[in-house]
Amino acid sequence: MVKARKNNLIRRSKGDVVFDVVNFVLITIMTLLIIYPIYYTIIVSFSDIDAVATGKVTYRPVNFSLEAYSYALRQPRIGSGYLNSFIYTAGSILWGLFITLPLAYAMSKKYLFAKGVISWFFIITMYFSGGMIPCYLLRRDLHLLNNRLVLILGALSTYNMVIARTYFQNSIPDELYESAKCDGASEFRCFFTIALPLAAPIIAVLALYFGVAQWNSYFHAMIYLSSADKFPLQLVLHTLLNASMQALTSAESGSLTSGEALDLMRQAKIAETMKYSMIFISSAPLLIAYPFVQKFFIKGMMIGALKG
Amino acid sequence: MNGTRTAVNTGTRKRIARRIKRILMDNWQLWILMIPAVVATFIFNYVPMYGIQIAFKNYKIKKGIMGSAWVGLKYFRLFLGTPSFGVMLRNTLALSVFQLALFPVNVIAALMINELRSEKYKKVVQMISYAPHFMSVVVICGMIRLFFAKDNGIVNNLIAMLGGRRVDYLSSGTAFRYLYVLSGVWQDLGWGTIIYLATLANVPQDQVEAAIIDGASRLQIVRHINVPHILPTAITLFIMAAGKVLSVGYEKILLLQNNLNLGASQVFSTYVYQVGLQGGEYSLSTAVDLFNCVVNIIVLTGVNFITKRASGVSLW
Repeated sequence: MVKARKNNLIRRSKGDVVFDVVNFVLITIMTLLIIYPIYYTIIVSFSDIDAVATGKVTYRPVNFSLEAYSYALRQPRIGSGYLNSFIYTAGSILWGLFITLPLAYAMSKKYLFAKGVISWFFIITMYFSGGMIPCYLLRRDLHLLNNRLVLILGALSTYNMVIARTYFQNSIPDELYESAKCDGASEFRCFFTIALPLAAPIIAVLALYFGVAQWNSYFHAMIYLSSADKFPLQLVLHTLLNASMQALTSAESGSLTSGEALDLMRQAKIAETMKYSMIFISSAPLLIAYPFVQKFFIKGMMIGALKG
Repeated sequence: MNGTRTAVNTGTRKRIARRIKRILMDNWQLWILMIPAVVATFIFNYVPMYGIQIAFKNYKIKKGIMGSAWVGLKYFRLFLGTPSFGVMLRNTLALSVFQLALFPVNVIAALMINELRSEKYKKVVQMISYAPHFMSVVVICGMIRLFFAKDNGIVNNLIAMLGGRRVDYLSSGTAFRYLYVLSGVWQDLGWGTIIYLATLANVPQDQVEAAIIDGASRLQIVRHINVPHILPTAITLFIMAAGKVLSVGYEKILLLQNNLNLGASQVFSTYVYQVGLQGGEYSLSTAVDLFNCVVNIIVLTGVNFITKRASGVSLW
């Protein structure tokens, strides 16, 4: 639409020029408001802790320093949290694909017997669930509490299954299967040698969905895991952000000698800046990967919207 | 007479048998492909549903789900009778109505982004505005707590610089509502435009050209062509949002909650967590959860019914 208008020879009226300018300015303000909090977090994390404590950091790092990072990386659980998060993310991608793809393939077949009943079996779970306590009791009975598998094995995401099913239905022509069947291929063969290789784009989309969801989640880890060495990064981050708050309050309480108080005040300052650096450390993998993978997310979103 | 009936019966039976055989031949491998998903769904979704019965029982860990004694609606009465029920209902509604009221923000943003003349700039805007969607709740809430801190948060620093007094946003109930809802808007402003932008890409060109020839201004084209074009999409998304009116995101609320803003931040789902997993009152917690879930389904069905009548757009 924009292209068409740009090329035609009708001169833009004064009103339209005003419209374009206002629109451009408003959108630029909106974009700056969206990017600034992220940008600010990054520049604070690279600034000198005293400059941060006096509120001097506004639009660029002040007295560039990596002190906050050196403290953050010395925190005991950051390394194990990173490792755990990678394990959980990889695990739940594999598990998610394992349960979603074969089902989506079967559900994409018109001749699947009792398809309606099977659909309802999965749709019900979107609206009705057992709730927090029954889910917790189930994991306890399965001896999954404080077991790493608890974050990997889980329920099917019906929404993602629908995306994959829509892809199988719309993007792979039936004729391919029909001719393969004439040559004697079984359903298994069709699934593994025709459907899966052709579904690479949707597999990428689903893997990213599962991966990002797992990487960003903290709640299941908080309720199902108890030993700190199994915590994923987000939960480590959560506890560290809370812990440093306490350091700050104990420093202000004033029940200490002045030397200790000064020392604690300094630690509190470090803790403050360190929070910014930890936020950056924990989001870095996604922020770095984001520009390259965003088109996959949008693709998945579009397939979902067509159907959903 | 008898003989013919038997013959007919055997005939149908043979046909049915043949059909079943066909179905099995066509389907058995498909069924095997479905096994992982069916088993996972059965274990992780349906077995907990069986556990819901503890809402009607006095659940004791030693006795197990089956062995505990039935108490009927005791826990529902207990929950509906507490003064906190009213507070939680009010808080939940306040948060979700506030969220719904800001629903048009995404639509407006999409209409505006669509009108950008430079395709390159459009791409940049989209790229930047989608980014917050991928940040975790822990990170978002961590940022909120840092930015709005009383002593050294950037917001209060700015207020102090302009000569105002520092405000303790993090312990104020009203501020909690704004922080919760507006940070949500910030996070999904860009992401929420994707569907609308895709719909806007299909606006019929002949209509736009006809409008230009008739001397329509840009604003008029937006108002009379683009807006009606995305309205059905917007209504569908609105039904989906309205149906979730009682299920606000507890993972985020828990991270922003503290004893001082509890009056505004306690909602049903956070109460379920506190009473159940922190307090160990499994039966009461499950009763609250079940109540919440059933009300949600009723609301979704109701909203769907109303919009179906009013606009013809519906989910089912």
